[in-house]
Amino acid sequence: MLSIDRSIVDAIVAHARRDHPDEACGVVAGPVGSDTPTRHIPMENAARSMTFYEFDSMEHLRVWREMDDRDEEPVVIYHSHTATEAYPSRTDISFAGEPGAHYLLVSTREPDTEEIRSFRIVDGVVTEEPVRILDAGVDPHAVQSYMFGQSPATVDYECSGR
Amino acid sequence: MAIEVRIPTILRSYTGGAKVVEGSGDTLDDLLNDLDSRHSGLRGRLVTEAGALHRFVNVYVNDEDVRFLGALDAKLNDGDSVTILPAVAGGAFGFAAAAAMAQHVAVAPAEGRTRVTAS
Repeated sequence: MLSIDRSIVDAIVAHARRDHPDEACGVVAGPVGSDTPTRHIPMENAARSMTFYEFDSMEHLRVWREMDDRDEEPVVIYHSHTATEAYPSRTDISFAGEPGAHYLLVSTREPDTEEIRSFRIVDGVVTEEPVRILDAGVDPHAVQSYMFGQSPATVDYECSGR
Repeated sequence: MAIEVRIPTILRSYTGGAKVVEGSGDTLDDLLNDLDSRHSGLRGRLVTEAGALHRFVNVYVNDEDVRFLGALDAKLNDGDSVTILPAVAGGAFGFAAAAAMAQHVAVAPAEGRTRVTAS
């Protein structure tokens, strides 16, 4: 399972929409061994293509070094498909070189619908996994709305939107 | 002559899990031969049997991509740091295009073998 903050997912989707109809790509780094994506790094698609993406080799080196220096690893590697579903293509599978990463795919084929799926790709085998989107904004709101809740045991989340 | 080589996760099965190994050589080609003598099979993941660097493996000497330094002929000096990174690439390629790309990556060695057999 991939657990990822809503704010990061929003930023990834915004990046994919911005670069549409070209494919967008990037990384979300996180502390080594944490399996927690914390730092979103949009990358340039050196291929600038509607059907292919490739990290720029110099940007790749710079970002990987920076992660090393910060004791981070690529927890999520994402890219968009702009006319097809968010499922790894044969190309994606043959090039997947980070067995520890969650491969996140975003499809921008529908302008109004978010399509996000996550996969492990190890030795050419694709395994889809659930994505749990964590809404960091919920907690502070919950405290606020607690004051308007009916009892200490009940928090009325709907009050937070008033 | 010691050259530090940083190994990506996917190739650490060849180095007993080591993230950094040391090797020697006057050129990248020499270095990869030297590494292969202790980490058998590593070279084959980086170089096609036709003798070229794989298109989708990035190798850097210090801060430079070796493609701009003569690829396998890139000169090395004592104290250099070599970094290997598998290219991050993919996309919604159609079947035919993907097959062509896979050939580009993997079939070169097979052609090399065929030529050797024929001669």
